[in-house]
Formats: sequence, structure tokens, C-alpha cells
Amino acid sequence: MEKLSSKPAGVIIEGVSKSYTVNKSKLVAVNNISFEVPAGTLFGLIGPDGAGKTTLFRMLTTLLLPDAGNIWVDGLNAVADYKALRKKIGYMPGKFSLYTDLTIQENIHFFASLFETSFEENYDLIKEIYEQIAPFKDRRAGQLSGGMKQKLALCCALIHRPSILFLDEPTTGVDAVSRKEFWEILQKLKTEGITILVSTPYMDEASLCDRVALIQDGKIMQIDTPQHIVDHFDKPLYAVKSPKMLPLLKMLEKDAAVLDIYPFGEVHHMVLKSKDSKVNLPEDATMQVIKPNIEDLFIYLMRNHE
Amino acid sequence: MQLQWMKYLFNWLVKQKEANNMKQFYQFIVKEFYHIFRDRKTLFILLGMPMVQIIIFGFALTNEVKNARIAIVNQSSDKISTKLIQQIDASRYFELYAETKDPKSIEGLFKKGSVKIALVIPPDFETSLSNQNKGSLQIIADASDPNVATTLTNYLSVIVQDFKEELYPNQTMPYSILVDTRMMYNPQLKGAYNFVPGVMAMVLLLVCTMMTALTVVREKELGNMEILLVSPINPIKIILAKAVPYLLLSIINITTILLLSYYILEVPINGSLLLLYAESILFILVSLGLGLLISAATDSQQSAMFISLIVMFLPTVMFSGFIFPIENMPLPLQIVSNIIPAKWFFIIVKSVMIKGGGILLVWKETMVLIVMMSLFFGLAIKKFKIRLA
Repeated sequence: MEKLSSKPAGVIIEGVSKSYTVNKSKLVAVNNISFEVPAGTLFGLIGPDGAGKTTLFRMLTTLLLPDAGNIWVDGLNAVADYKALRKKIGYMPGKFSLYTDLTIQENIHFFASLFETSFEENYDLIKEIYEQIAPFKDRRAGQLSGGMKQKLALCCALIHRPSILFLDEPTTGVDAVSRKEFWEILQKLKTEGITILVSTPYMDEASLCDRVALIQDGKIMQIDTPQHIVDHFDKPLYAVKSPKMLPLLKMLEKDAAVLDIYPFGEVHHMVLKSKDSKVNLPEDATMQVIKPNIEDLFIYLMRNHE
Repeated sequence: MQLQWMKYLFNWLVKQKEANNMKQFYQFIVKEFYHIFRDRKTLFILLGMPMVQIIIFGFALTNEVKNARIAIVNQSSDKISTKLIQQIDASRYFELYAETKDPKSIEGLFKKGSVKIALVIPPDFETSLSNQNKGSLQIIADASDPNVATTLTNYLSVIVQDFKEELYPNQTMPYSILVDTRMMYNPQLKGAYNFVPGVMAMVLLLVCTMMTALTVVREKELGNMEILLVSPINPIKIILAKAVPYLLLSIINITTILLLSYYILEVPINGSLLLLYAESILFILVSLGLGLLISAATDSQQSAMFISLIVMFLPTVMFSGFIFPIENMPLPLQIVSNIIPAKWFFIIVKSVMIKGGGILLVWKETMVLIVMMSLFFGLAIKKFKIRLA
């Protein structure tokens, strides 16, 4: 414990806010956020589209200036020391931002020289990822599949051996198999001592992080380990099912004992106000106690927030 | 001893750092060339445009009038009038369209647009010429296009004048004043002497200003800029690396224009070729600076294109003196024309290429361009955003 606290924190965010002016009205994208990411951890920023994830990432990567608050990344102030910081961070924007008319190899070599290093120098770090796309190394980046594009973008973000890696929705628009592979890669990068901040709209990816922050409307709703976050869910949760799902949903929404009910795959998840509450179920419906996952908690927090 | 050793190490490290820095810049330029060469269509347009423009201006768009159709009302029908008509028809400026006796019919021809000019020879032409030493002719021109009417009237008058001297070669008049006109630098009054410098300015401006503005803005639009900004590269290097490939392309374009105009349009290069290239490179740098400045101020390719074309290109065509003479403009517009870089380049190219002048003749214009270049590059670097917003 002593050893851990003496390490410099990977990222420290103190009371950071950022707003935009859209059509003459003020839009608060990030609203007074504070949290820390310990060095060497895999930190997830989970939230729906428009929650403020990208704005926060752009402030962390020196691309935007915060309206208020302070940001330290790897011991450097993101505003004052932006030049020094730009040598140390790796960033993969949410939108594919490499050159589509350049081949895989040309892209990697270009980004290596951009950071005044070479492909060979840090090859060991990207070896495993690069080998997966190496058979297509002479193919233009614009002609790659979504999964391969993400791997290439990751190679380019890692080529200068950054101490902190920022990945903005790296798995959006990527197939399930590639997503799984991508997260395996991230776990390995963590063992190299790289601090990783990743944002995602997919709740199932949250359990793969060391710690997660749930973000909604520019505010952090909760920060903890994925397990602790689920433990916060202290209401009874059931899965209900019937041959007529839609009428069931409509009916239970009106039930006084039901706090919340929402479709969840093939079943409805139903939160009761207390353990003793009685629900009037139709005869053909079944209900069963289930363990909450992060998505349940997120929905719960989101509705309470409103 | 140890100090010496450390000094060596330090020097070596500095060199290494510089070498890497150069490599970064070099790689960036290589990348820009990839973009240009892989976009075949655009490259084809960039290199083909000067050729097409030279050919269009050289052969199609010219204000020299050739083979204009003429109607002749010959009420005289004698030997002299027949000879005059033959002479007119033989010249390369006129083509005999109709010969009538009825002066009223020409109005119909003008209205249909069949002829641009008509010559009326009165019935007593030969007799009055031989009896009274005096003959009169009437030229009627369609002045709906005043320039063409003036040009044709002049041509026709010259032909009649020549014809008169042929008839009475030894005629001497008391107190005659002979005006001997010499057209300096362009004795044949070729339009090419004027438009070759103009096309040079136009092509360089299009390629340099518009293409550099587009290439930088494209990186913003596609999100590439987002990663470039997060890297340690100096913005000055991004800007210069963007400019280098277009500088080289433009030098190729100048060469094409000069070769075509020298060999095909027979426009001489009277001054120093080296000076001409040096001045062209200066103008390229001005245009590149302007393009980079536009790219710093815009966020979409569409607006970059709009600004390059409407705000830069049109004033260049209008105020450089290439199509409309600046001397004829009202004073306020003459003052406005001073801020158009192409105006100065146009003067320089005409002085060096056509008049054969040296640097002494164009140093003022050169200084103006140098100041403009420094201003544009300085502003472009200053306005370059080191962040997204």
C-alpha cells in the first residue's frame, strides 16, 4: 500500500469544467469533474454518447483548454507544460484519424518519425499487434476493416512508447471478436507499465477495467472498481418474462411496487422498491432474482439523476 | 580530461537530436508527396492546367480579329474599285461576304449578324478620283462590340491607305508630316506577350494558394490534425512541409509555361532566365503563404476553396492588369490593385521576360513581394492553432 501511494498519479483532474456555445446557448460538456487515475492502471470512462467523454479526453491530451480546474498528466500540467506532455502521451481519437491514402507501413513509419523515433526502436512494444496486421502492410489504411484500422491506430499511438495512453471509444463500430482481441491487447499493455484511459459506451467492457467512472451529462456519477460499483446496487432486481413482452412492460410500469422496469435483451429487468414489495404478475409471466451488472446500475443512477 | 569527454558526448547528442529533427521534417514532406501522387486526377489537373490555359489563351481567347466578314456596296463597278475589293479580300483580316449595289441591303446583313463591317464605294469613285484628285469611301461598322468595331475600322483604313499609296506612288504633298510608329518590345502586337505573364500568375496562384489551403484544411476535416497536434512536432514544420511539394510542382509548371510560350507562341525571353525563375519562386512563396493563411482561418475544405477562388482568384484576374489595364481604372480601384500580389508579379515578368530588364528595373516590385511573403508566412505561423479550439 505504501509503495503504491508513493508512485506519481497517472492523471489528476481537479474541478475541471468545459462548455461550448452552440447557437448562442451555452452547452456544458464537462461539469466540475474531479478524479484520479493511478499510474499503471486501466481506467474506463463509461457513458452514453454526448456524456462529455470526448471533451474530457481532448482536455487531457492538451487539445482543448479547460474553462476551469486543473489537469495533471504524468506529473505535468496539461495547460502549462503542453509541449513536454505531447512527447509522453499516446492518443487514439474516436474517429479514425490516420491517413487513408497511406499504407499500414507508411502510416506507422510516419508517426514514428513524427515522434522522433523509429519503427525498429519500439518494435517490441507493438510487435504482437503489428504481427496481426503485418500481412496487409502494403494495403492502404482506407481499405482496411474496422478491426484492423483500430489495431493500426493503436500501433501508431504506441510507436513512441507513451507513458499514458488515451483511447477514445476504440471499440465503437468494431465486431465482437475484434473487440475481445482489442481488450486482450490492452491488458497486456498494462503489464508494460502504461497507464491506459479508455472510454466506451459499452457497459460490458467496464468489467475489464481496473476502475471505472460512470459519466452522464458531463458529471461523474460514480467511480470505483467494477465489482464495487455493482455492489452499490442495493435494490432487489428481477428478470421477468412472458409470451407477451410489451403488454407486460406496460402493465408493470403502472405497478406501485415497481421502481423501474426496462427491456434487457430477451427479458425485462425490474427493480422493486423494497424486498417485501408484492407485484401483480400475469399468470403466464415468470420472475426470477438476478445479480445486477454495471448496466443495471447505470440505468438506475441515470433515472435517479433525472 | 573528463570535461573533454563530456563535451564530446554533448556534441554528439545535439547532432543526434538535429538528425532526428531533420528526419521528422523530411518524412513529413515525403508523406505530402504520397498524398499528391496518389491523387492522380488532381495531379493530372495540376500539371495539365498550365498547358491548357496557355493553349486556350494562345489560340482561342484572343482579341486579334481574323477573317472578319465584310460586305461591300459597290455602286461604282469600275477598275479601281475592283482592285480595292481584291486587296481587301486578299488580306487575312477580311473575308468578302457579300457584294451588292444596294446600300439598303447592308442593314439587313448587320441585323442578322452576317457581317461586322461594310464598305460603301460611291458611284463616282473613279471619276472624282481622276478628275478632282479626291475620292470618298464610307465605312460602316457594327459597334455593338466597340473593341471589334474599332479594330476592324483601323484595319480597313490601313488597307485603303496602302491602296492609295500604291495608286499614286510618287505623290508629294506640301507640308506633309510623316509619322513613323514603332511598337517597342512587341512589334507585331501579339496578345501572347501580355497573357503569358498573366497565365503564369494565375496558375501559380491557383496551385499554390488553393491547393495548400486545401491540403491543410483536409487534415483538419478528416481529423488527422488531432493526432498531429498531440505529437511534439513544431507547427512551423507542419506548415513548411505542406508548402515544399507545391513549391516543386509550381517550378515544373513555370517551366512548362515558359517552354510552351517560347516554342509554340514564340514569345521571347529577353531577360535573364535565372532572374525570371527567382522572381517566380518569390511569387510562389507569396502564394503559398497566402494559402497557409487561408487554411489557418478556415475549418472546411469548402470554405477554403470559396475564399481561394472568390476572394483571391477573381481580384487577381481583375486587378493584376492582365485583362483590364489598371491605368484605365478609377483611382480607388487603382489603389486597391496595390494589395494584389499578382499585380506586382505581372509587372516583374513583363519587365524581365518581354523588355529584357534586370533586377535594377524591378527591385521595387520585388521588395513589395518580399514584404508580402514575410507578412503572410508570419501571420500563417502565428495564427496556426496549437489546439483544436
